[in-house]
Amino acid sequence: MVETLIFEKSVPGRKGVPLPALDVPRASASALPEKLRRKRPAGWPELSEPQVVRHFTRLSQLNFSIDTNFYPLGSCTMKHNPKVNDRVAMLPDFSALHPLRPHTLSQGILEILFELEQWLCRICGMDAFTLQPSAGAQGELTGILVARAYHESRGQNRPLVLIPDSAHGTNPASVAVAGLTAVTIKSAADGQVDLDDLKSKLTDRVGLVMMTIPSTLGMFEPRIQEIAALVHKAGALLYMDGANMNALVGLLRPGDIGVDILHLNLHKTFSTPHGGGGPGAGPVGVQKELEPFLPVPRVAKDGGVFRRKFDRSKTIGRVHGFQGNIGVLIRAYCYMRLQGAEGLLEISENAILAANYVRARLTPLFPKMPKNPCMHEVVVSGDGAYGPGVKTLDVAKRLLDYGFYAPTIYFPLIVPEAMMIEPTENESKETLDAFCATLEKIIDESKAQPDLVKNAPHTTPVRRLDEVKAAREPNLRYAPR
Amino acid sequence: MFVPHTEEQKKEMLRTIGVSKFDDLLAGLPPSLLRPNLGLPSSMSEMELLRHMEGLAQKDHLAQSYLGAGAYEHFIPTSVWALALRGEFATAYTPYQAEASQGTLQSIYEFQSLIGELFAMDVANASMYDGASAAAEACLLAAKHTERPVILIPETVHPQTRQVIETYLAHSGARIVVLPCPDGVLSLDTLKKNLGGDTAALLIQNPNFFGCLETNLHEAAAAAHAAGALVIASSYPVALGMISPPGEYGADIAVAEGQPLGLPLGYGGPYVGLFACKTELIRKMPSRIVGQTLDRDGKRAFVLTLQAREQHIRREKATSNICTNQALCALASTIHMSLLGKEGLRELADLNFQKAHYAAGELQKRGFAPVFQQPFFNEFTVRCPVSPEKIADRLAEKRVLAGLPLGPYFKDRADQLVVCVTEIKTKADIDEFAGLLEAACR
Repeated sequence: MVETLIFEKSVPGRKGVPLPALDVPRASASALPEKLRRKRPAGWPELSEPQVVRHFTRLSQLNFSIDTNFYPLGSCTMKHNPKVNDRVAMLPDFSALHPLRPHTLSQGILEILFELEQWLCRICGMDAFTLQPSAGAQGELTGILVARAYHESRGQNRPLVLIPDSAHGTNPASVAVAGLTAVTIKSAADGQVDLDDLKSKLTDRVGLVMMTIPSTLGMFEPRIQEIAALVHKAGALLYMDGANMNALVGLLRPGDIGVDILHLNLHKTFSTPHGGGGPGAGPVGVQKELEPFLPVPRVAKDGGVFRRKFDRSKTIGRVHGFQGNIGVLIRAYCYMRLQGAEGLLEISENAILAANYVRARLTPLFPKMPKNPCMHEVVVSGDGAYGPGVKTLDVAKRLLDYGFYAPTIYFPLIVPEAMMIEPTENESKETLDAFCATLEKIIDESKAQPDLVKNAPHTTPVRRLDEVKAAREPNLRYAPR
Repeated sequence: MFVPHTEEQKKEMLRTIGVSKFDDLLAGLPPSLLRPNLGLPSSMSEMELLRHMEGLAQKDHLAQSYLGAGAYEHFIPTSVWALALRGEFATAYTPYQAEASQGTLQSIYEFQSLIGELFAMDVANASMYDGASAAAEACLLAAKHTERPVILIPETVHPQTRQVIETYLAHSGARIVVLPCPDGVLSLDTLKKNLGGDTAALLIQNPNFFGCLETNLHEAAAAAHAAGALVIASSYPVALGMISPPGEYGADIAVAEGQPLGLPLGYGGPYVGLFACKTELIRKMPSRIVGQTLDRDGKRAFVLTLQAREQHIRREKATSNICTNQALCALASTIHMSLLGKEGLRELADLNFQKAHYAAGELQKRGFAPVFQQPFFNEFTVRCPVSPEKIADRLAEKRVLAGLPLGPYFKDRADQLVVCVTEIKTKADIDEFAGLLEAACR
């Protein structure tokens, strides 16, 4: 089951969309000098509309998706994406909103953005939010730039950022883009930060400590308030990577445990679709003293009228050409409206319940299973669990044969043969039971017929790929003719 | 709410876990801080939500718009979003597991191919956040590649793009030098005076912020190359149906705001940043890239590749910090480009060009003379008999957007208005608009 490339279906002279006839007189030919004209037309394929519809419908059917499959995907929170959110985001009056409209013709959308900011502040215990960053990584960069500007405004040079070794790769990469230096702090096997290592590195050169809360091992750091106090005492700020906020909404406000800056991934916690890898949105929340540094424009309410404010002398500038991924923000706003206060709390609790249930069900299968309760995800080490020569990668691929997307594997880097499972609050007990039973079956297979697992998947549209060939002989585009 | 467990099931799950109550799972969380009162409203049903949101949307209802300036109102065929919002695309994850993601991967490969053709460039990536961050990443790449600090940016580049570049370059060691363009386009003399051994790149936008087509592209690119600098070209994708694409004048990196290809205005996003370059820069490109390969049965297949550039492998040494990009927007563009095809793109460009030129003529008849004597595509700058902001306010009362008054961006251009006309305007619309502008001056 493969689909030919759209270019391979092209027939010269075909068209997919008829355009209206020209109803104005033609401009003089000299209006566009020959020198400025395109010489060779773009080699785009020529197809009819039904061909295009069939091509992309068939392509869609080659994908796993939340609408068709369970994604036990740690750290990435793949949960139900309510269809009404898409419908609202695509309402014609929202679609037609030009980003440079005067505020008098943008009161509806500005009200949404203003309220969304307020709600995120209340959920996180922060004083202000910017909705501008397009994704978590851009949110991190924004937050780091804000922290840097804050320290510089106080005449302090603090070029170092401490990051646990279990962090997402975007953390150190964002630090580098901000012109700062990432310093790794060690974690113990349970994912908790090595306090002695932290203390020894927490000098007056450190401006920021970035912690993922709960950690990428799915654990809440029980000494977080002590860590926050240490960080503040050293004159640094505490940054929270909010990728795992799905465990905390309604349950605990990050601001209450000493977080100064955080970003959220709306396409994780607040259910906007992942879209096969974006668009997302990465709003950044800060405490009061950091607010002047947030990107422009800011949304404000003056005497019942919503406005965009540009005139802010301390801002780090702009990170988006306009004001952010508004369509994603509308979806998140709808999600919060649908859930309400009670629903948001229940989501976190059920996410934690589901992860611990999976942990309990899988404990007999994995010798190194964590004994303590986890938050919304559980990191399983495959070390010693499988038959001869079988790796976590093989088990993950075999899951695809049974209709389950693979968990996040080999992350965090500090757990050997890691498999990170996040069931989310949306999956029924029946699905969780079926998933655990399937893992058990695959582990049995790995012992009885290891090659069956090592050669998986067998039933997907394509089988394991030659990734070395892809990287060594890059073929990155179709070349017409 | 989308929470599936019954109370009975919850009890059973707690029993399996081996705890007597849910809060036993929260050991380590400070008990005094648990479950604060958030002061949020209670839940709405879907029906109530729709009524609420439709009410908010209606507040912003608009009659007509002649505002462009980086975001453009184009017709989007119905198939584009009917297909892109299929759950199998919209609710799929980043295609890390290639075997379960061939639909997304192949569509990205097709996207890269279409963008490569559009720009006449060797390779494109799987997309960036938007046109502005694509331009900023291109500047970072150029500064790193040439090991030089200066990025030359004519003042004809969108001011908001420049602001994003400034934010991204702030701590990179690189800096922007802005080139004045009194004639609405970059002059070769100005460029040559500013090119030097420290120039990393020249960034040109075509058509530019004033709507003018840059008239010296080939010469400017040659001069930049002669000085050892790279050329970064920022384009308006629809215009490339008729005007010279970056590859034809020798650009090293091509970027664009991809919104005009199938994405609604949506108050500024999500859009899609387009990014392409010459082959020799591939391994320095930011963002995801999809490549073609074979599976173990020898079948053609697609996979994320050249990942050694990326943050999840290289961490602080990555070419960029970007992880999530704009895959679904890129898909919508791919569908739109496939529907247009080779001839459709040319026709679409021609419609925009002709209607804008008709509108410019009609406006001139009513006292709105063109500011620049330069060729243009679908956007042009006029001098207004009265304050453009006053005109814009008067038209806004009728829920019509007159265009972009330049005063807030350029103090010495406070009498100027940039007007955009796309294919969606009929002759009758344009005639009515010209009448409204004239009336607004009285």
